Amino acid sequence: MTLTASPGTAARGAAEPAVDLDGVVKRFGAVTAVDGISLKIRPGEVVALLGPNGAGKTTTVDMLLGLAAPTAGSVQVYGRKPHDAVALGLVSAVMQTGGLLKDYTVEETVRLTAVLFGKPESAVGEALDRAGIADIGKRMVGKCSGGQQQRLRFAMALLPDPELLILDEPTTGMDVGGRHDFWQAIRQDAQGGRTVIFATHYLEEADAYADRVVFVRRGRIVADGTAAEVKALASGRTVRATLPGAVEADIRDKTGAETVEIRGDSVYLHGRDTDAIARYLLNETAARDLEITSRNLEEAFLTLTADDAESAK
Amino acid sequence: MTVLVQRSLPRFGGFTFGMIKLELRRMMRNKRTVIFTLVLPAVFFLLFGTNASAKHETAGGGNVTGYIMVSMAVYGAMLATTSGGAMVSIERAAGWSRQLRLTPLKPVAYIAVKLVLAMIIGAVSVVVTFAVGSASGAKLPVHAWIECALLAWVCALVFAAFGLFMGYLLPSENVMQILGPVLAVLAFAGGLFAPLDTFGHTFATIAKFTPVYGVGQLARYPLTHDGNLWLAVLNVVAWTLIFSIGAMWRFRRDTARV
Repeated sequence: MTLTASPGTAARGAAEPAVDLDGVVKRFGAVTAVDGISLKIRPGEVVALLGPNGAGKTTTVDMLLGLAAPTAGSVQVYGRKPHDAVALGLVSAVMQTGGLLKDYTVEETVRLTAVLFGKPESAVGEALDRAGIADIGKRMVGKCSGGQQQRLRFAMALLPDPELLILDEPTTGMDVGGRHDFWQAIRQDAQGGRTVIFATHYLEEADAYADRVVFVRRGRIVADGTAAEVKALASGRTVRATLPGAVEADIRDKTGAETVEIRGDSVYLHGRDTDAIARYLLNETAARDLEITSRNLEEAFLTLTADDAESAK
Repeated sequence: MTVLVQRSLPRFGGFTFGMIKLELRRMMRNKRTVIFTLVLPAVFFLLFGTNASAKHETAGGGNVTGYIMVSMAVYGAMLATTSGGAMVSIERAAGWSRQLRLTPLKPVAYIAVKLVLAMIIGAVSVVVTFAVGSASGAKLPVHAWIECALLAWVCALVFAAFGLFMGYLLPSENVMQILGPVLAVLAFAGGLFAPLDTFGHTFATIAKFTPVYGVGQLARYPLTHDGNLWLAVLNVVAWTLIFSIGAMWRFRRDTARV
């Protein structure tokens, strides 16, 4: 089952994509981690790469950063090879774990990154400020909490002033407060028009922060669209309206709803194209008090990523 | 709509003095490194080299205290350069090497930084031992003070390569806990702690093929003018090649994998 809804491709499509994955396959021995992913991401999009553990998210991120080479297919970032884009500072990343030395201070770690990217002294304080860790600059990295270390990785990622920021499960192991602060910082930063791709298995994060959600399962894209579209595609939405004297079969035929349920004066219509259902009800019948509700992303996620009988066939 | 900032790559693959400065500060923060590379050789020298008989007995143009001082400086330099090279092991274990791959720093520039660092602390270690020596009765001809120190330092490049090789070979967080004893054994076999003629004939012959022997002989040569110079040079060159090839081999594997 592959569901596709690329939002606004026609409207803005002409610009060079920030990310262009074409038929990308990555195998580790007998294991296929990524199994033919094609994906274009436009500059300025905030995209969530969502999927269960082992779906191939991290492998995809590694290939975007030039840390792994695809077995087949091509990966381009701003029209360049990933590692070239990284070296030029077009892309940077906040990785899930590791990547820090305990015996550096927070400030020294950022300073070293600045030195490597050939950025001036002033960039150090600025990055620390924007990541919200200017107050712990003198602290040893080994003494920082998980959330502070993550914001340090964020500060390092900000230093080259990248066009594209990639976050791999950025809030794993953070408490609720830390997660909130971290996303606050990212959100503020993204307002400047930076392209952001984040891999996550926290559905609420994808729902709350992404313009576009790409569901990955078993190394393939199973759905792609806005959080709302994906929810609708995956599970449909329900239209409820007050319509006395409704006839079930009649309404089913006219609206194309998948299921129709009548409880007293209320009708419940479940379907993918709820806009059409609502339009019909309001234009052609005496329906009132109309409501459209969707299942949450969690349910969509379960529907899309479950190893259902259908995929076994 | 994409307005790209003018972007360029840093010069020299990212090799900068700024990085060396920061890395040096970090190394000096590690108490174990400081004790092993700067304090231990000087302490060994004071323990074994400053008794009355060593001060009075002559060795070449100086005294035995001076001879032992040079040996201990070599030991210090090899400890320092090995631990400098072996830093890569800790950095790989911590995922720092991977993080560095997200910067313009070229792997070759990274190795160059590590080598420079290793040689800097190697130099400091030699200077410390020589300073302690000059204050504790070591006697060398004037030219030998300079020549012995330079040779002890330059030849320690063998062990910078050794450290790098081991750093890439052993993905351990505390690689120096393994290498410390290994270096002590090598130093003993190479005649740094006791002259080779105190060994049996067979052992003395084997010892001449171990990597510390050449460095020790060369470093003491300006003082002793003793032994086969070319054999010592051959030993140093051969081991430098072996360790460098080993380091390159592991290094290539490491960068190809990712």
